[in-house]
Amino acid sequence: MGYLVERIGKKIIVGLDELGRMASLLQQIIVQGAKKPFNAKHFVQQMVKIGVDTLPIVSLMSIFVGMVLGYLAYLQFKIVGLEMYTGSLVAASLTMELGPVLTAIIVSGRIGSSTAAEIGTMKVTEQIDALRTMATDPIKYLAVPRFYAALIMLPILTVFADIIGMFGGYMIGVWKFGIRHQIYIQKSIDFLDPIDIINGLVKTIIFGGLMITISCYKGFTASGGAEGVGQATTSAVVLSIMTVLVSDYLLTMILY
Amino acid sequence: MINIIDVWKGFGSNKVLKGVTLKIEKGQTMVIIGRSGCGKSVLLKHIIGLMKPERGKIEVFDNDITRMNEEGMQTIRKRFGMLFQGAALFDSLNVAENVGFFLFEHTSMKKNEIMRIVSEKLKLVGLSGIEHLMPSDLSGGMKKRVGLARAIAASPEIILYDEPTTGLDPILAANINKLIKELQAKLSLTSIVVTHDMTSAYAIADRMAMIYDGKIIEVGTPEKIRNTNNPIVQQFITGSAEGPIISD
Repeated sequence: MGYLVERIGKKIIVGLDELGRMASLLQQIIVQGAKKPFNAKHFVQQMVKIGVDTLPIVSLMSIFVGMVLGYLAYLQFKIVGLEMYTGSLVAASLTMELGPVLTAIIVSGRIGSSTAAEIGTMKVTEQIDALRTMATDPIKYLAVPRFYAALIMLPILTVFADIIGMFGGYMIGVWKFGIRHQIYIQKSIDFLDPIDIINGLVKTIIFGGLMITISCYKGFTASGGAEGVGQATTSAVVLSIMTVLVSDYLLTMILY
Repeated sequence: MINIIDVWKGFGSNKVLKGVTLKIEKGQTMVIIGRSGCGKSVLLKHIIGLMKPERGKIEVFDNDITRMNEEGMQTIRKRFGMLFQGAALFDSLNVAENVGFFLFEHTSMKKNEIMRIVSEKLKLVGLSGIEHLMPSDLSGGMKKRVGLARAIAASPEIILYDEPTTGLDPILAANINKLIKELQAKLSLTSIVVTHDMTSAYAIADRMAMIYDGKIIEVGTPEKIRNTNNPIVQQFITGSAEGPIISD
């Protein structure tokens, strides 16, 4: 029993220590990001990687999620004769919750893993040391462009996810089940509150910042060669997704 | 120029440096020899401020770098060049971007001017015309030479070499040794070379120092080291299995 308590205690201490270090990294990213010069070339590269390159998979996910939502909503609403509200449920669910969270999870898997692997490989092959020997701050050079690119691209990806998801719901509601086009659109708009859309986008900005900070931290602290980089990558993705889900709950409590 | 005073460093219970004291004069090539894992590279990383000692101080250009923050260190590091053991080329950049990295990041030079310097440095290491290649396209020896071109691209005052000839064939190793000598002669660079390759050490050293058990046990000219009576140094430089150094 004593052994178990000791192990749990150690895990908690290690966890809190890591949390503190991640918070310190976030602070350094913000401080370094405010200093000149700003690396516009890397910033644009990262925006393309996080935004443009991730758009196809986000689109694919959104359209199917929208179609499934539309399908299930129609079946449930039909029981009580309210099938014209199918579009309302799809629109509200996507903008308030599913669009931001699922986009953040996809980006965590795709960008979180590549960020941790790239920085981790640089760490174990002394490329981070090489940056420092050439008077270049690794946080400013590697983490800052990724951080700001994520803050900008996550909301944009989410807007695409919301629109494409709603179109998926529309296809099912209108084309498959025959709800009238005007009614579907009108009911979708009726239930779309601009504040809800903005809150959803605010969430994604926070998700993006947290995900990139975690992934960069895992990369910067990777050690022990290929195995260490693999572990860093896995834990970056797992921790990013967990953080997105937990912070989603907390933000929902605060924002709605 | 570089004054290392009673430097201690450990990793957990493993004490690597136990009071290293060493002075390196301007324009001198100091070769630090010692067994694998004895702390040579750790000492090199202390000199450029990548690591901080637990005790002791390191003076570079009359500044105590052990008390400096990262910003202060960046100013000092602009006067350094470093060749890493595995070259540490940036995977995502091509050869030209690697060699010209410092110039692109820290100077307002125009791109064509930087490219001219890059070509010049690549020619110096015998690798003309490979500017467009990626590090993954290069052999181990080529990577090392590109790493050397990168280290000298910004005309530093001090160059640190971490095992510059390890993993190279004897002819290439001799070429690197020749290049280190030429650079020192042409540019009056101060060089610190960490190696366990004794052929290379004798070829390039003005002075040599041996680390053993976390301390500098012998310092002097190559001639002095060659003729020392210290049995540990003798066993190391002759590569003998018999002697006071016990094999792991």
